[in-house]
Amino acid sequence: MTRRTETPGEISAREEEPTHVSLPPPKAPATTPLMAFDWAKKNLFSNIPNTILTLLCVWLLWETIPPLINWVLLSAVWSGGDPAICKAAEGACWAFIAEKHRFMLFGLYPFDEHWRPLLATALFVAVLATSCNPQFWRPWLLGLWAAMLVVCGTLMWGGVFGMTFVENARWGGLPLTLILSVVGIICSFPLAILLALGRRSDMPGIRAVCIGFIEFVRGVPLISVLFMASVMFPLFLPEGMTIDKLLRAQVEIIIFTAAYLAEAIRGGLQAIPQGQYEAADALGLTYWKKTYFIILPQALKISIPPIVNQFISMFKDTSLVIIIGLFDLLTTAKTALTDPPWRAFYVEAYLFAALIYWVFSFFMSRYSQYLERRLETGHRR
Amino acid sequence: MASTPPSAATPRGNQPKVVWWNDRRYRAILYQVLVLGGVFLLGWYLVNNTLTNLASRDIATGLGFLEREAGFDVSESPIEYSPADTYFRVLVVGVLNTLKVSIIGIILATIIGVIAGVARLSSNWLIAKFATFYVEGLRNVPVLLQLFFWYSLITEGLPSPRQAFNPITGVFLSNRGFGIPVPDWGGTMTAMLVALAAGILAAWGIARWARRRQEQTGQIFPSFRIGLALIIGLPLLAWLIGGAPTAMDAPELKGFNFQGGATLSPEFAALLIGLVFYTGTYIAEIVRGGILAVSHGQTEAGLALGLRKSLVMRLILLPQALRVIIPPLTSQYLNLTKNSSLAVAIGYPDLVSVANTSINQTGQAIEGVAIIMLVYLTVSLSISAFMNWYNRRIELKGGR
Repeated sequence: MTRRTETPGEISAREEEPTHVSLPPPKAPATTPLMAFDWAKKNLFSNIPNTILTLLCVWLLWETIPPLINWVLLSAVWSGGDPAICKAAEGACWAFIAEKHRFMLFGLYPFDEHWRPLLATALFVAVLATSCNPQFWRPWLLGLWAAMLVVCGTLMWGGVFGMTFVENARWGGLPLTLILSVVGIICSFPLAILLALGRRSDMPGIRAVCIGFIEFVRGVPLISVLFMASVMFPLFLPEGMTIDKLLRAQVEIIIFTAAYLAEAIRGGLQAIPQGQYEAADALGLTYWKKTYFIILPQALKISIPPIVNQFISMFKDTSLVIIIGLFDLLTTAKTALTDPPWRAFYVEAYLFAALIYWVFSFFMSRYSQYLERRLETGHRR
Repeated sequence: MASTPPSAATPRGNQPKVVWWNDRRYRAILYQVLVLGGVFLLGWYLVNNTLTNLASRDIATGLGFLEREAGFDVSESPIEYSPADTYFRVLVVGVLNTLKVSIIGIILATIIGVIAGVARLSSNWLIAKFATFYVEGLRNVPVLLQLFFWYSLITEGLPSPRQAFNPITGVFLSNRGFGIPVPDWGGTMTAMLVALAAGILAAWGIARWARRRQEQTGQIFPSFRIGLALIIGLPLLAWLIGGAPTAMDAPELKGFNFQGGATLSPEFAALLIGLVFYTGTYIAEIVRGGILAVSHGQTEAGLALGLRKSLVMRLILLPQALRVIIPPLTSQYLNLTKNSSLAVAIGYPDLVSVANTSINQTGQAIEGVAIIMLVYLTVSLSISAFMNWYNRRIELKGGR
């Protein structure tokens, strides 16, 4: 076999963020009073340095938590569109979020049509929640996703069933972030599998093309690729042909994610014992049958944690499209702040956007832990 | 499909003749020709379009623009720079600014990450919770959002220089940046730096010698303590010989801003804080994973042999944990360096930022983007080469 082998060190050197999900959570405290006393003695005051640290922590909490609660809840201004009231108050200005949340969530989308992106987002979250249950992993789920994408596209664009047409330059906020991520995941995944297989191929020509692509994309920052999209793409195309800004950003995100994902999958491919390849060959399977039935099901299972990490990274990295002027969730939050009377309330605006990003990312990482436990079939001893 | 064609390795003399398109070797060649041809055609198509477009827009190609006058100023530069300098010089400024924030960021992120990673495993429940809160809270929020947050906090949240926040004598925090006093000791400073370098070198030499002696004779030499004494003591000695100067160059309010001392611009401070805290969460998880990967039996075995706890940590746990930690740590260093390009969003003049201005002024998009990519590729490859060298040094010998 001429297949290139690498030491485990070399493989994991290329894995990104490998310890995102697969570590056991710390132990929880006990409940009954006596046990609680024992527990505190063991976990908080076991020796002198520990006691000092605990007291320091308690002091820090004492100093920070009450003002924080006061700021977030007690003294906060919850409603009323007057910045002057907020300025006078000590607490957070949630009135700013109440005033601007429609713009932050949906960007420049026509105000009266906001129910459309809202419905599309709800639909998307519903389908996503459905797909999280492995019991539903049947062929009809693919159909459901296709139907969801079609319905969402119809809702967002409109132009039929009496809905006015909204060009995608006006899309924005959370739906845009979700579209960039989901389409990015769906399109980059097959590309990444092909790249990973190509990198492990016996054919030097194909291997060279895949290695060159992967290493080049991974060596440069996403931001420079996005710049390339905005300043160089128009030069690449024949005269008179232009590509929509959203599509350009989407293509760049797909290319970028595919390169990183390919490395995650390659790690899984290399973890499969050589005997599996040989057994498949001995059964007389063709390359694609061997890959589809024997290799990929095992390799993908092993690579679930790095793959999910990559999806989380990509979800967060969609915020970089602010550089080329797309109105994603971060851009809308930042733009809402350019309204002069509300400029001082950046903490509220960024907290609001951060919370949305956090919920999605945290959910993904927890789900990957669950999936890993569920798919565990004793492969790792 | 027909059964698989015979593999290239089988003797072919006594086998039935296979048509060439069913032969694996010829197929492999065919596939490769198709793929390479496709890539080549695509490249040719793009280059051709680009040349046509450039010609129709009257953009001259080539690196000639590097010699021309840049004409724009940058807010901070480690070397002398004025708008009258060339584009080449402004790009060098950009590279230096990128390196500055990356190197300081890598060092600080490693410190914070190691502390948080160890703290998450602490037997103290509160400390572990604090670390978990930090890691889970910041890791799941885009770094760009964090940069915007810190930048807003500094430029809008901090007072103007006149009412600057003054936590410790000589340190000023204002919306124009942070002012920090620096020692103003003239030649003594240089002497101390030389002494420090000599101390490090001597400590390294002693550690080598002590290890060899221990391997040969079994005698233990307190190389760690003596090395530490050398590293601290030699600069201290130089300071005393220099007359123990205590003069400090502290920032002072003059007009609307601070003069003297060292200043961190708001852009640099926001970028550094954002990158360090974000990357720190990832490093913390790597450190935690590395320590957990060493089985508990190793600690018990070490203690059973009668080693002290600190020696168990240094001689048994750390070397094994490092083997797990180093490769993903390399990725994080690379990520931090690449993420420093987000500086463009808050106006720190890093490479991407100045190259972007140059592209807008000259229209030399291809050259500009090529320079950006080339520099980042070089930096990435250098960091991975260094870390791979270190990884090879500490990996299991002969443990294939």
